[in-house]
Amino acid sequence: MAATKASKEQKYDRQLRLWGDHGQETLENAHVCLINATATGTEILKNLVLPGIGAFTIVDGHTVTGEDVGNNFFLSNNSIGKIRAQAATELLQELNSDVSGNFVEESPDKLLDNDPEFFHRFTIVIGVQLPESTCLRLGSVLWSAAVPFLVCKTYGLIGYMRLVVQEHTVIESHPDNALEDLRLDQPFAEFKNHIQSYDLDSMDKKDHSHTPWIIVVAKYLEKWLSEHNGQPPKNYNEKEAFRQCIREGILKNENGVPEDEENFEEAIKNVNTALNPTKVPSAVEDLFNSVQCNDITSQTLSFWVMLRAVKEFVLNEGNGSLPVRGTIPDMIADSQKFINLQNVYRQKAMQDAATVSKHVECLLQSFGKPPESISEKDIKLFCKNASFLRVVRCRSLAEEYSVDSVNKDEITSCMDNPDSEMVFYLMLRAVDRFYQQHSRYPGVYNYQVEDDINKLKLCVNNLLQEYSLNVNIKDDYIHEFCRYGAAEPHTVAAFLGGSAAQEAIKIISHQFVPFSNTFIYNAMSQTSATLQL
Amino acid sequence: MADADEPMVVDGGDGHNCEWEGRWNHVKKFLERSGPFTHPDFEPSTEALSGFHNIHVVDMDTIDVSNLNRQFLFRGKDVGRPKADVAADFINSRIPGCCVIPHFKKIQDLDETFYRQFHIIVCGLDSVVARRWMNGMLLSLLVYDDGVLDPGSIIPLIDGGTEGFKGNARVILPGMTACIDCTLELYPPQVNFPMCTIASMPRLPEHCIEYARMLLWPKEKPFGDGVVLDGDDPEHIQWVYQRSLERAAEFNITGVTYRLTQGVVKRIIPAVASTNAVIAAACATEVFKIASSAFIPLNNYMVFNDVDGLYTYTFEAERKENCSACSQVPLDMHFSPTSKLQEVLDYLTESASLQMKSPAITATVEGKNKTLYLQSVASIEQRTRPNLSKTLKELGLADRQELAVADVTTPQTMLFRLCFTS
Repeated sequence: MAATKASKEQKYDRQLRLWGDHGQETLENAHVCLINATATGTEILKNLVLPGIGAFTIVDGHTVTGEDVGNNFFLSNNSIGKIRAQAATELLQELNSDVSGNFVEESPDKLLDNDPEFFHRFTIVIGVQLPESTCLRLGSVLWSAAVPFLVCKTYGLIGYMRLVVQEHTVIESHPDNALEDLRLDQPFAEFKNHIQSYDLDSMDKKDHSHTPWIIVVAKYLEKWLSEHNGQPPKNYNEKEAFRQCIREGILKNENGVPEDEENFEEAIKNVNTALNPTKVPSAVEDLFNSVQCNDITSQTLSFWVMLRAVKEFVLNEGNGSLPVRGTIPDMIADSQKFINLQNVYRQKAMQDAATVSKHVECLLQSFGKPPESISEKDIKLFCKNASFLRVVRCRSLAEEYSVDSVNKDEITSCMDNPDSEMVFYLMLRAVDRFYQQHSRYPGVYNYQVEDDINKLKLCVNNLLQEYSLNVNIKDDYIHEFCRYGAAEPHTVAAFLGGSAAQEAIKIISHQFVPFSNTFIYNAMSQTSATLQL
Repeated sequence: MADADEPMVVDGGDGHNCEWEGRWNHVKKFLERSGPFTHPDFEPSTEALSGFHNIHVVDMDTIDVSNLNRQFLFRGKDVGRPKADVAADFINSRIPGCCVIPHFKKIQDLDETFYRQFHIIVCGLDSVVARRWMNGMLLSLLVYDDGVLDPGSIIPLIDGGTEGFKGNARVILPGMTACIDCTLELYPPQVNFPMCTIASMPRLPEHCIEYARMLLWPKEKPFGDGVVLDGDDPEHIQWVYQRSLERAAEFNITGVTYRLTQGVVKRIIPAVASTNAVIAAACATEVFKIASSAFIPLNNYMVFNDVDGLYTYTFEAERKENCSACSQVPLDMHFSPTSKLQEVLDYLTESASLQMKSPAITATVEGKNKTLYLQSVASIEQRTRPNLSKTLKELGLADRQELAVADVTTPQTMLFRLCFTS
């Protein structure tokens, strides 16, 4: 209905400006599974329900305790004794009527026993406060089904997240500081012609001062190349000399005093970046060399088909360069000169995208798929973002936990600093062992704290031994983890709630780049680290 | 100032249904148990616990539908109601025993008697001006005995802010650690498009929108004389949008959309639930640390960005020796006696460390308090405007004399010492 659409546009306006209508659509088509409606779980879901995901399902076999209500905004004290999944679903559903909330009163272990394919329907599964054994079982099911899995844990003042996804492609990574694609070092034909159409020496003052800096640099570069054997300015001294050439080009009044020509100042300021050689970023080269790009089949995702097409373009029509991006930054210039220059880049970008399209068509044809399988729109978007493509791959939990493939190097090198966030990862692993051994977490009751320190220390040593990790964990951290008593303070849960929700949104929308693969937050020092395990 | 003997947290409400078994389990461990990383002065206790029950919330805004994607205490039915009221109602009914008292006001509408009562102040303001004002208010509450700061007069200020996927949280102990003004350079002034670009050389769709907003609207008064452009009125935005399209067509500029128009007119900053949750949580953690005295608080500035993975950076912002707000020493300003008052005004508004909005300057001349220039009252502005083109000497100002400057960025008048250069 038009009314609902309009009101949704209003409601979601502030976030649509970040991920666009197409990003919002992916959210609205998503079905998120949350396992365990603890404070951490509900805080994560809150930040997914508010932006309007299509649906969520809470899987949780617990009943609500007084303790649960104490730290969970989405449980009330009259739900004590009731089904936790249901109580939380009600209060989360109430946040946004666009979202469809569901629950399953069942422990994840039971579901894994009886109906593991239950989890195949989800866009992403978020598992909260799960013991290691459950994580490994669930991880294995989801890995085979290619369903992304986000593991989250709040333990005392420590927050932990682990992303488990085999391969996640990102076309729109929205980099913060992207370099422009101006092609000044290798001007394409239409750009060259456009530059030719300018004669700085014969221009009147008004035109001279309102010529885009890109043209100014291009003109002076032409001159430099002709005087330097076709070699552009390379080192600092040469670039300084080049800047000086441009500066000397500033018009002077009758007294020989240089006029105020902001466009020339812009040109001088931009010399450094303007002279950056155009080349395929190494990250993109790596993608070109990957298996998925080179072994295209009818099962291949469109990302790789388009990438292969771009690779073909680079090797042929592109002469070693990616399709032209087609955007230029704003700069001092009169409207016409700016728009004309912008159109030169835009048209070239369209042309290049059309050429890439032909390659896409060929590829699709070669394994019997109709050319419409990948739309022009998608190809254009892909080409525009060609320099910023990213692929995130995370190891499976099985690999992380296996003695044969544990990432010893990462662990030991981080632990060169015994206070690095890596120590919290190791403590969380040790605490899991304690749980396996004693069927409870350390230090839950005051009287346990002292004794449990020694018991936990045994678990720590046991862990380090098993993985042959030659690191030292200070007693202070063992004491601290007993002190926590497996508490889940709300503010730490809420920090993770915001962090995890955004990572889930990145996975669902394929926009912005997810972390890989382990994130640790220390609420005591308000610091964090991302580790690759 | 709250009595040091008073309990940090106060029981509110009638005690009904406020306590149940296990309510404080997740939090009491941090108050009952010390450890290797707790504050050296922390003395754990197992006394009866209560949560933060006594909270005042100040907000001058009413709820807009565009708030609902992230402001989780508000619903569609609340649109138009004051945020403070609805937030208080929601929390009071969801959290038994909690007593949130709302104030549907600007922070500047409340005075030192109000702010003095609090143990901690937390801000989630939407402007630097407001932050500076609150900063100045807490600085004005500081008490010095013989030049020594009385720690009992310090009210910690926890400040959080976000923009899209970026955010920051900071802890300010007024008089002790870096204040808002100490780090004013971290908030660079908003850059506006040059007028000549808007008027005669548009290149971007934004230029076309600013043209309609700044030049066409005052000229054509489309909704009547004296009717100011209201970014929240869809009819106003539609008008600006149409005129912007016309302007863009004239110059072959593409990209003007309704959404862009609204964004430019209202200076909209994109916002999502997640970033706000992260920063709010970080701030709340600091409130807990300070209130419980169990931990050393964040020292003192954390930056967060989750555009690419998750990135945090924590550092100690340093106090500025000659900070305009907290250094307590009248700031020297150097001008030649033949400088015009306009130059002084320009310095106050344009200097990166002051960034005043519309300063009012007064001085004592020949024993009498004289207003040199004041912008905010039309009649006084008219009367004092000629002073701007007079020299400091002509205005009767002497070397080393004090100028008092008032401005929205600070609740207290700032003192400057005029130092004549030859």
